[in-house]
Amino acid sequence: MSREETLVTTQWVEDNIDNDQIVLIEVDEDTTAYDKGHIKNAIKFDWSIDLQDQIRRDIISKDGFEALLSKSGVSNHHTVVLYGGNNNWFAAYAYWYFKLYGHQDVKLVDGGRKKWELESRELVQDVPERTATTYTAQKLDSTKRANRDDVVAAIGTKNLVDVRSPDEYAGRLLAPAHLPQEQAQRAGHPPTAANIPWSKAANDDGTFKSNEELTKLYEDAGVDFGKDTIAYCRIGERSSHTWVVLHELLGHENTKNYDGSWVEYGSLVGVPIVLGDERGEA
Amino acid sequence: MCGATEGGLSLDGVDVAKEAVVQGQVTRGGEPVGNAYVRLLDRTGEFTAEVPTSATGHFRFFTRDGEWTLRALAPKAEVVDQAVVAAIGSVAEVAIAV
Repeated sequence: MSREETLVTTQWVEDNIDNDQIVLIEVDEDTTAYDKGHIKNAIKFDWSIDLQDQIRRDIISKDGFEALLSKSGVSNHHTVVLYGGNNNWFAAYAYWYFKLYGHQDVKLVDGGRKKWELESRELVQDVPERTATTYTAQKLDSTKRANRDDVVAAIGTKNLVDVRSPDEYAGRLLAPAHLPQEQAQRAGHPPTAANIPWSKAANDDGTFKSNEELTKLYEDAGVDFGKDTIAYCRIGERSSHTWVVLHELLGHENTKNYDGSWVEYGSLVGVPIVLGDERGEA
Repeated sequence: MCGATEGGLSLDGVDVAKEAVVQGQVTRGGEPVGNAYVRLLDRTGEFTAEVPTSATGHFRFFTRDGEWTLRALAPKAEVVDQAVVAAIGSVAEVAIAV
């Protein structure tokens, strides 16, 4: 993938807003944001319902993904354009999902809902009606997803990139600071993980930094692009943002997203944890 | 607003004694700004969190003891930074005019 194939601008969205070939989907951390107003012709995915298994802690199955897209009126031939609030965290998570299940023609709106709002572009209340389709997904691509054993095995051998804020990495906070902090799991990070907050990859308006700036960011933090990379955060959304940067914008295909992330790792019995700002030893 | 408290947003279900809350309101000419974004930066200036303001211009963060900076982004306005000190068990109220 390349930057040009992955991102579209807010102006491009406005220019293509009535294009039938495109399905615009809003995915927000605040699942009520869409209901208060959204880009014309956009539909909504609720990450907490549509993109989470409702029984066990897991992503939805291939069958579930097919059912979601079919009822949403998305066909295998549509260009899917995703946007959301919070600098596209959850839109990036949905983007990763589309790639996991083999939908190639998917794009992110650079800057997402925030840039659209800061540019005072129009938001509407009308919910579009779409005709159901019969969507066929591919088998889940496990080269894009890391599990807890992959993370433990990566300590001291691969690039582990912790994209949470410095205070979460060091164990001074347990969750992003817009959420209450009381949590069950332990605080800190796996030994040897580098802290490269997702926010360093984005400008204030939510757009991604240039490829040159991004490459320098990760290299300066000690990421060896010759090795495999696993990105994680707290529940896998912020690390989807970084996965988009590394896998899609910069083309490092040996990058996985660990969606179990800190909520899982920090709850495991017996795995090593480092507290404080230092990476620690393997 | 249902369950409204000082700061405008409900703290129902949150044990405030264990949280260092930073909250407030973004206004322009005395009127609430409901389509702004507020960023929380740590003592080194590093991004820690961001929230959109509510319809009444309110925002809230759960931080820890220490010094923080709030940065407000609003349509057609200059970026405004404001320092705040937070402490566990207290609610720091911050008014930001853009």
